[in-house]
Amino acid sequence: MEHDENSDGPRTGVATNVVEAVVALILLAVGLVVIIESQRLGSGWTSDGPGSGYFPFYIGVIIAISGAGVLYQALLGKDRNTEVFVDSVQLKRVLSVLLPAVVYVLGISLLGLYVASAVYIALFMVLLGKYSWVKSVIAALAVNTLFFFMFEVWFKVPLFKGALDPLRFLGY
Amino acid sequence: MDEISALVQGFSVILTPMNIGLMFVGIILGVLIGVLPGLGGANGVAILLPLTFTMSPTSAIIMLSCIYWGALFGGAITSILFNIPGEPWSVATTFDGYPMAQNGNAGAALTTAFTSSFIGALLAVIMITFLAPLVAKFALKFGSPEFFAVYLLTFCSFVGMGKGSPFKILGSMALGFALASVGMDTVTGQLRLTFGQAELMRGFDFLIAVIGLFGIGEILLSMEEGLKFSGKSAKIDPKIVLQTWKQLPQYWVTSLRSSLIGIWMGITPGGATPASFMAYGLAKKMSKRGSKFGTGEAEGVVAPETAAHAAGTSALLPMLALGIPGSPTAAVLLGGLLIWGLQPGPLLFVEQKDFVWGLIASMYLGNIVGLIVVLSTVPLFASILRIPFSIIAPVIIVICAIGAYTVHNAMLDIWFMLGFGVVGYLFKKLDYPLAPLVLALVLGDKAEDSFRQAMLVSQGDVMIMFSNPLVGGITTLALVLLFWPLISKVLAIVKPKKQDEFAVERPVD
Repeated sequence: MEHDENSDGPRTGVATNVVEAVVALILLAVGLVVIIESQRLGSGWTSDGPGSGYFPFYIGVIIAISGAGVLYQALLGKDRNTEVFVDSVQLKRVLSVLLPAVVYVLGISLLGLYVASAVYIALFMVLLGKYSWVKSVIAALAVNTLFFFMFEVWFKVPLFKGALDPLRFLGY
Repeated sequence: MDEISALVQGFSVILTPMNIGLMFVGIILGVLIGVLPGLGGANGVAILLPLTFTMSPTSAIIMLSCIYWGALFGGAITSILFNIPGEPWSVATTFDGYPMAQNGNAGAALTTAFTSSFIGALLAVIMITFLAPLVAKFALKFGSPEFFAVYLLTFCSFVGMGKGSPFKILGSMALGFALASVGMDTVTGQLRLTFGQAELMRGFDFLIAVIGLFGIGEILLSMEEGLKFSGKSAKIDPKIVLQTWKQLPQYWVTSLRSSLIGIWMGITPGGATPASFMAYGLAKKMSKRGSKFGTGEAEGVVAPETAAHAAGTSALLPMLALGIPGSPTAAVLLGGLLIWGLQPGPLLFVEQKDFVWGLIASMYLGNIVGLIVVLSTVPLFASILRIPFSIIAPVIIVICAIGAYTVHNAMLDIWFMLGFGVVGYLFKKLDYPLAPLVLALVLGDKAEDSFRQAMLVSQGDVMIMFSNPLVGGITTLALVLLFWPLISKVLAIVKPKKQDEFAVERPVD
């Protein structure tokens, strides 16, 4: 696998063990929430046998213990990983996919899967791939046409068309 | 023998033009999934599962299992031509496969990889044919404590066999169980962990989790690495195939050994990834040409490919016979069975004979079809990788979104998928294994049911897990595996251990 080299100067960013500790804290919190909620549901023995919260209670305990264990390892353990978790170049690359994906999902709920997907693919190609508008629009339409045939025509699986309902004239 | 006649019956069920056609479609889609970065066997099958909702269960499982075989084959193409393991189990294939391609033997390397994969899968299918009915027959005697003990063994073996922090494995697994318990309690009908949200009543579908964790998470990781593809183009002409086939029999010992490793790691939930590394390590240690491994030795391709396919295939044995999948992809297939109203497990062999034997027969045929398809279409698939990532990435995200939506026709699921994607990215970077999370999410309800039933029988006494030699034996084995990280530390103090030469890099897949 070839990676883009970005070795000019030292990598800066948050240390891996700090991220690890934050994730462990979240895990600990999830564990505690599960424990409290299971107790509310009834984590003990009821007249009909084990209550609804009986099994989740122990699961919550395991999550909390593992969260605490990882937290300890991340902050005080011997083999703490203090390398940079993600540097600014990498973070930018990840966000360049994640943020448009969030907007895309928002777009699906408004415009439906077909329109949102076409716009998303075309914009992604133009803005991030530096393709020409013509090429991008053709690629976006081609991909959507393929999905239309595959899902709606061949396998009879309807997709979400949203308020615009662009395929009504085809009877789908 | 009963198995042979049942298998012949199975062939008669599947040999229709429609099913053969679906096999080809499945294999081609599977190879595509294996080749595309960010799409793997598990989430590929999850995304395409809704396509099969309108088919009969037999046709559907034929197509889905063929996608699975295709994905297993596809991983080798990217490893050998581009040095990019499309799947984690193809990492070991890059060690010798890529140098072989660099030396101008791309065709021979691919033929070796595909043929070895085929042999690994074939031996595993033969094993399934004869062993699965026996295991199922044995499992018919199981009660709820025995079933819970087997679940316990499955999950404890993740902790014992995983190479990462046991806390992380436990956390990932327990998170899966917690997500599985969201929604309506199957026994009391009470709503659990929904926090008043009506949409959470349905619970978290594991397909959504798989698509997010493995699909979106992988795309984010690939993007972070800033992938650039540069590889050899390959054409496989029949002459090279025949030449390579002539040379392959000399590696029969390696093939057999790697198959056995793969079959063992597939039945226990070790998975294809450790199997391929272990087979490679052993081949390197035991081969006469071991010192040349890493420079383009065909034997270094034979070992990991045979083992990975044997493991991937035999992971279906516990799924069919016990209802416990050995790998995330097998878990997705099991989810498919549940959607069609089939209850995987020992009773399947009694109640759905046609279906089970149709599936087993399709494993034989699917692999033959797979071998033909991959040998004839390599240039096509290799050219897909030349499409720039800025086109592939949005297309994969669109495929994932469509897949997530079609499971329940729910918009919220697409948001969940995105959330799982971020979790997948973080977990992968922080070495939390994802397989236990997915398996716990799939098996959570069943494991909880058998636990509660066992507790009801014993009126809350946990010692029921040791009430007879069978359940006691399985439970003890599970506990030994669970505490193996501690036990091995104690053993290491008592007796200094030799350096493990073929340690796996990733925990479990």
